[in-house]
Amino acid sequence: MATEKRGAGQGEPVLRLLGITKRFGQVTANENVSFSLNEGEVIALLGENGAGKTTLMNILFGQYTADEGTVEAFGRPLAPGNPRAALDAGVGMVHQHFTLAGNLTVWENIVLGTQRLSERSLSPRAAKDKIRALSGKFHLIVDPDAKVGSLTVGERQRVEILKALYRDARVLILDEPTAVLTPQETDALFATLREAIALGLSIVFISHKLHEVMDISHRVLVLRHGKLVAERTTSETSREELATLMVGGEVRAPEFPAMPAGPALLSLKSIFTDKLFDLDLELCAGQITGLAGVSGNGQGALSDLISGMSTPLSGEMTVAGQTPKSWSPRAAIAMGIGRIPEDRHKTGTIADFDLTENAILETYPEGFSRRGWMDWARAHAHTEHLIETYDVRCPGPEARIRLLSGGNMQKLILGRVLEESPKIILANQPVRGLDIGAVNYVHSRLAAAREAGAAVLLISEDLDEIMKLSDRIHVISEGRLSPAFGRGEMSAAELGKWMAGEGFAHAV
Amino acid sequence: MPFEMRLEPIAEPSLARRLTPPALAIVASFVVAALLALIAGGNPFAVFGLIFKGAFGSKFALLETLNRATPLIFTGLAVSVAFRAKLWNIGAEAQFYAGAVMTVVLGTGMLTLPPMLMLPLLAVTAALAGALVLLIPALLKTRFGVDEVVTTLLFNFIFLLFVSYLLEGPLKDPMGMGWPKSARLIPEARLPRIVDGLRLHWGFALALISALALWVIDRKTTLGFEMRAVGQNAEAARFAGIPVTKVILKTALLSGGLAALGGYSEVAGLKGSLTQDISPGFGYTGIVVAMLALLNPLGVVLAAFFVAAIFVGADSMSRAIGVPSYLADIMLASALLLMVLAILLTKFRVRRG
Repeated sequence: MATEKRGAGQGEPVLRLLGITKRFGQVTANENVSFSLNEGEVIALLGENGAGKTTLMNILFGQYTADEGTVEAFGRPLAPGNPRAALDAGVGMVHQHFTLAGNLTVWENIVLGTQRLSERSLSPRAAKDKIRALSGKFHLIVDPDAKVGSLTVGERQRVEILKALYRDARVLILDEPTAVLTPQETDALFATLREAIALGLSIVFISHKLHEVMDISHRVLVLRHGKLVAERTTSETSREELATLMVGGEVRAPEFPAMPAGPALLSLKSIFTDKLFDLDLELCAGQITGLAGVSGNGQGALSDLISGMSTPLSGEMTVAGQTPKSWSPRAAIAMGIGRIPEDRHKTGTIADFDLTENAILETYPEGFSRRGWMDWARAHAHTEHLIETYDVRCPGPEARIRLLSGGNMQKLILGRVLEESPKIILANQPVRGLDIGAVNYVHSRLAAAREAGAAVLLISEDLDEIMKLSDRIHVISEGRLSPAFGRGEMSAAELGKWMAGEGFAHAV
Repeated sequence: MPFEMRLEPIAEPSLARRLTPPALAIVASFVVAALLALIAGGNPFAVFGLIFKGAFGSKFALLETLNRATPLIFTGLAVSVAFRAKLWNIGAEAQFYAGAVMTVVLGTGMLTLPPMLMLPLLAVTAALAGALVLLIPALLKTRFGVDEVVTTLLFNFIFLLFVSYLLEGPLKDPMGMGWPKSARLIPEARLPRIVDGLRLHWGFALALISALALWVIDRKTTLGFEMRAVGQNAEAARFAGIPVTKVILKTALLSGGLAALGGYSEVAGLKGSLTQDISPGFGYTGIVVAMLALLNPLGVVLAAFFVAAIFVGADSMSRAIGVPSYLADIMLASALLLMVLAILLTKFRVRRG
């Protein structure tokens, strides 16, 4: 396949990004990103969640204005901050979440927005003829008169692509196009894309599925922490190399002295859920267990399970030597599991509640209410204590938490959890999106909890973070868990192989 | 390039920012009403003068306004407590009737107790009846995910037909000369007037107490904390271990009970018997009241007073100069629409391009 692709994509550059930088507050979402796309070429933009892929595309499409840098399409600069500029220049985007009206027909959806309100007449026949011609040319089989609401997900995606082609797009940007597709639909999509390249279109393919990137692209660009960290010709790289590039790998061993492993405080045996397959896991006292893996391979399901948000289909769970009678967030808290959720805005805090209300959200039944009445005085005192102990920079306990920066919000959540001296700590992406100071703070606190005898599960897509902190490492891939690897036992490249799905005894 | 607008969230709106748009909304709704009054052939100043006089111009007028505000406070509270927990109770009308029905079932001679026992008993049973009426849609929502907007709304019509059946059948007054109305409450079941000689009953006081109680629940109790948490972010509430389903069901009981107390107060305090038209849409107007009050329990009292004043004043104005009293409905509708816009403007800033 690689030979077949070689030689393609040698045409003129059709899209060029020069030195794009975008900052949100203290966080840099894109730092000096430059690349160009040639005519007839497919480039894959690879990176974890939060690596900056979406921000970059939003800049290209005028949703955001870059702080620095320019975008050129077909040799002409695009006006920044104008969503129409990219469309008018012939750049079309297929979003991950479709932007279709379910109660309209296919052709109506496609035509929608191509005309100004002032133009009244529109010939449905001409529009449908054009759609049919495009359908045939690109193997995008869909009935123009069908209602979009009655279509399958794969068919809707075809409508989205047709929408871009109808507007004479010559560059297609596909944001995680296969996330919603079945393998057969993915094959069909790839056939369409190959057809499109043959006809001179150019494609940016955003994904974190390695085998697809290997399959469809000519070149791969890897984004990490907002920076372009690597560029590879697809035929000269491997899945393992890409996995390693994507998640990092400069660090080899933890910074903290080893400690003898204590007893297992949480153990999972033969756990099955709809996303996890025959999973065994033990978290031991005094150890940080790191869970590495490419996102979307079951980390969320495992995190939900341990935090009490979901129950397994089958399997055994033991928490501090006891088998829980029923399983819920409250049961998890009561049995001594401290949870730092992946999404601190949606799951970890209530945006319009003040710091006090957020600080006692998990512990108010035991600590801050008596016979149905809240003890606000105690709650305030407790929050003041958390603010001081965990260095939360804020206007005060009565400030609404959404006014805080991500780092300070996370410190409050960390304080809420650690102040209860949990035996087990689930830290899911605890430093995503934080600035370097907050990152170090959170890490040192987790390390201190480990020294105090807690069993910590650190879930992260950043391999450097995992290798820096973990006493033991598991890799998760397609819902299966690798054996535990000790400190410094594995190199990043070896872990990368597991992440790409190699080494597992049984296929799924 | 076409004119494009963008809404930018405001981090921490100032007090002026939060109060100015709602005030402007009220003023703007008066401007709309003034234009319509002109079209109907009335001098807007005369029209507003007469509305004001009709609502506050005399002791009688003021008491009439307070009497009209009483059921609206109850239904307004019912809606606001439910909406705050994101339980979309559109069925305050049915719950209001449930309370009224329960009051005449028990209060027309089935049992006789001294007023000190009779009145609280009737209040509690009425509230329970309303609570049960909302519990059914709430259970359908929490168990099966059935949209409560649809179930509570449609249940209003079912329940009104049920009331109609009761008034033509089991509850029909044998002495009613064939009219579909219930028998009169026994004297022990009547809510007395607050001050002798003034036509204002204890139902009004109960409404004020309920508003105060709800404010206290909201800020001081565990249930209030849980209801606010579930309403603002159910996912975070669930993650933190708050029993979301239980909280929604408790909210439903509270909301249904409050609306039913309105029915109880209207029957036991004002009318003395049940007719099919005892509510001219108090349950629906309660939604307007709650929205105008920005779902604040104490705001509900003010909003109910405002709405009642417009209705009572417009009736009186209409009798005096013949501009249709529908003007009141339009004023409310425009006030509500403008208020929704105003709420948006307290939270966002409009930017060009």
